[in-house]
Amino acid sequence: NARRKMCPEAAEKPTVIKARAGLLWLQKTQTVQDENVNGEYGLIINGHSLAYALQKDLKLELLRTACMCQTVICCRVTPLQKAQVVELVKKYKQTVTLAIGDGANDVSMIRAAHIGVGISGQEGMQAVLSSDFSFAQFRYLQRLLLVHGRWSYIRMCKFLRYFFYKNFTYTLIHFWYAFFSGFSAQSVYDDWFLTMYNMVYTAVPVLALGLFDQDVNDRWSLQYPQLYSPGQLNKFFSKKVFVRCVMRSCYTSLVLFFIPWAAMHDTVRDDGKDIANYQSFALLLQTSLMIVMSAQMFFLTYYWTAINQFFLWGSLAAYIAITFTFLSNGLFFMFPTSFFFIGTARNCLNQPNVWLTVFLTCLLCTLPVVAYRFLLIQLYPMITDKVRYKAQKEGLPTPSPYRPPPRRISTRRSSYAFSHSQGYGDLVTSRKFLRLKSRPSLFGQKDSPVVENQPQVYRTITEEVEDSQS
Amino acid sequence: MMASSYNAKEEDGPHSGSSTHGGTGVAKNKKPDNTAFKQQRLPAWQPILTAGTVLPAFFVIGLIFIPIGIGLYVTSNNIKEFEIDYTGLELGSPCHDCSKNFTWNSTTPCVCALNFTLEQPFESNVYMYYGLSNFYQNHRRYVKSRDDRQLNGDPTSLMSPSKECEPYRTSAETKEPIAPCGAIANSLFNDTLELYYIEPNGTTTAIPLAKKGIAWWTDKHVKFRNPVNDKENLTELFKGTAKPVNWRKPVYELDPSDPENNGFINEDFIVWMRTAALPTFRKLYRIIHKKPSTTSTLPSGRYTLKVTYSILYNSVKAHAVKGQDKAFI
Repeated sequence: NARRKMCPEAAEKPTVIKARAGLLWLQKTQTVQDENVNGEYGLIINGHSLAYALQKDLKLELLRTACMCQTVICCRVTPLQKAQVVELVKKYKQTVTLAIGDGANDVSMIRAAHIGVGISGQEGMQAVLSSDFSFAQFRYLQRLLLVHGRWSYIRMCKFLRYFFYKNFTYTLIHFWYAFFSGFSAQSVYDDWFLTMYNMVYTAVPVLALGLFDQDVNDRWSLQYPQLYSPGQLNKFFSKKVFVRCVMRSCYTSLVLFFIPWAAMHDTVRDDGKDIANYQSFALLLQTSLMIVMSAQMFFLTYYWTAINQFFLWGSLAAYIAITFTFLSNGLFFMFPTSFFFIGTARNCLNQPNVWLTVFLTCLLCTLPVVAYRFLLIQLYPMITDKVRYKAQKEGLPTPSPYRPPPRRISTRRSSYAFSHSQGYGDLVTSRKFLRLKSRPSLFGQKDSPVVENQPQVYRTITEEVEDSQS
Repeated sequence: MMASSYNAKEEDGPHSGSSTHGGTGVAKNKKPDNTAFKQQRLPAWQPILTAGTVLPAFFVIGLIFIPIGIGLYVTSNNIKEFEIDYTGLELGSPCHDCSKNFTWNSTTPCVCALNFTLEQPFESNVYMYYGLSNFYQNHRRYVKSRDDRQLNGDPTSLMSPSKECEPYRTSAETKEPIAPCGAIANSLFNDTLELYYIEPNGTTTAIPLAKKGIAWWTDKHVKFRNPVNDKENLTELFKGTAKPVNWRKPVYELDPSDPENNGFINEDFIVWMRTAALPTFRKLYRIIHKKPSTTSTLPSGRYTLKVTYSILYNSVKAHAVKGQDKAFI
């Protein structure tokens, strides 16, 4: 009946959409869609009622009604019921759930949710021991999500995209070379480069990217919570993004192979001697690959700390140093069969046409990416780009007065608060604690006048919740 | 643009009243350090792609590339190149008989001559190359089939070459180790090409072809070394080894007239051992040095190329010889 009042046009029975998801479409999922509501509502339900509401025939109804509300408060619930509510949302909404709690009775809920956060403090360390993250105060949750969670998502996505890109490019070049080497699995690089590429030359800069990168600093992140939405919408790494990354690798590998191929096809050194031999070709390809990957890293990193700079230029310098060392006379005399590329660096890299080829391939691989990204920022900027531009212009965000975040009815993330203390019911009904109602803190919800244990439409609760999060 | 110093304690402001959790003494000890590194506030450069940076950069790159392109185009047009195909597959070609009659174990070389005319004289140094197409010197089994230790003059490897050289490791008849071992050495290019200029009055003069200075310096002096012993004679040094299966002469007779070009350090051999990257390739054969006077190295006119056709490759499609003149050095 409450639901009918909230959303009169909706169907009587909840529509459950059965779909298949997951990597190879192996997982079966069931989703209850979000529905439009004609106002803002909250739901309060206590443990006794919840016991009935979580039964098989009613739980979808509960879920639908709850999801139409801005906030749902379940009080006097048992730990098992907490876990059951979390699992209900997990199963039917296909969203990521976060549970935060501080006591031993929150442990089951924390473990049921995707992300469990434990508060260490007055109630002991039980919640902390079974959680994924833990800190000391509830209000740190805001920083966890908006700053660190967001940065972590961005870093992971960039790391993954770059890693796939560099490895696909590196491997596809071999694929193109196979057409010219009789499909004999002849490697187009020096054996040492094959080993060092993933371990030494490109490992460290991408590690620095994954550790230090930030798109906007933490104060801006807190000021614009909308920056959190790309993560929720899976914008930075999904199957589509992966396929695009592979396409880009294809293009880069084609450029990286065929431009040197065309350059080396009929060429000789300027003193007439050979340069189109296998070892010089390999060295040319290696060098252009390293430079293109470094340029790519250059454009991918948004936050250049001293460490990032050191790792990137250091990797290039390491490549040059190791190449010249492994191609020198000394190592050849010690291990002739391992270091047989002797002399190639000196004879190949002193030719201007080799460097011109490297320059050309680097530009051909990087310029389209830069142009595309630039056009995308100008024509279809994402919230991240807009905030970055603003941050660049203004430096630090001005501490602004409290603004309520924009209410968007269509995407709604209901939040749940649990209260479990017993024995306060009589105290509350005697209205002795009413003057403490103004104390704004999430933890104090149990003192607020939840006197009638019935589901009520209760508007002001939501404002208080927002207050405590500022 | 850079994050300035920022105090984490600022956040405590409006909520100091509500923190009745106690245990703050314990929490303070576990608090991570408020250093720039641990709080991710390191000073950093944060570049952004703006129209003001990207568009000028594109224009500058364009402006740099246009003169480079023009320069390269003009330079490459100044290079004169002449290509002669002497495979002899077509009926009318002079080398057709040679190409038809080869056998795997042919001992008598077949000679054929091709006439050609140079329209323009070639100035400066002229480099003579032989080219092969469809010859996969970059095939993996082929590339691995060599022993660099043996080629560097190591005496133990001379007598027992590496296993990579199989099946060109030991001679089948005499069971002696092959020097140099491997498929690359075995397939050494041994066509001989000679160039003759036909003077206007009809006499034929041979053009001097230099065979030194065609291999890389590091190859000739570092990578390839003859085995060293107290014996001076190369024949003695290679005693106990056999010649590769498809060679006519053993390795110490590659150039008996010049001890610096004999044995493993023979420059034609070195040039061949530097495997090519692609199936169609060319290798430097000879250099025609420029004349000290102002006469052109190869004046225009009629020439004859005499080919001693002895390569025994039956999968190669076309042979070509190119002469090349570089106008800039």
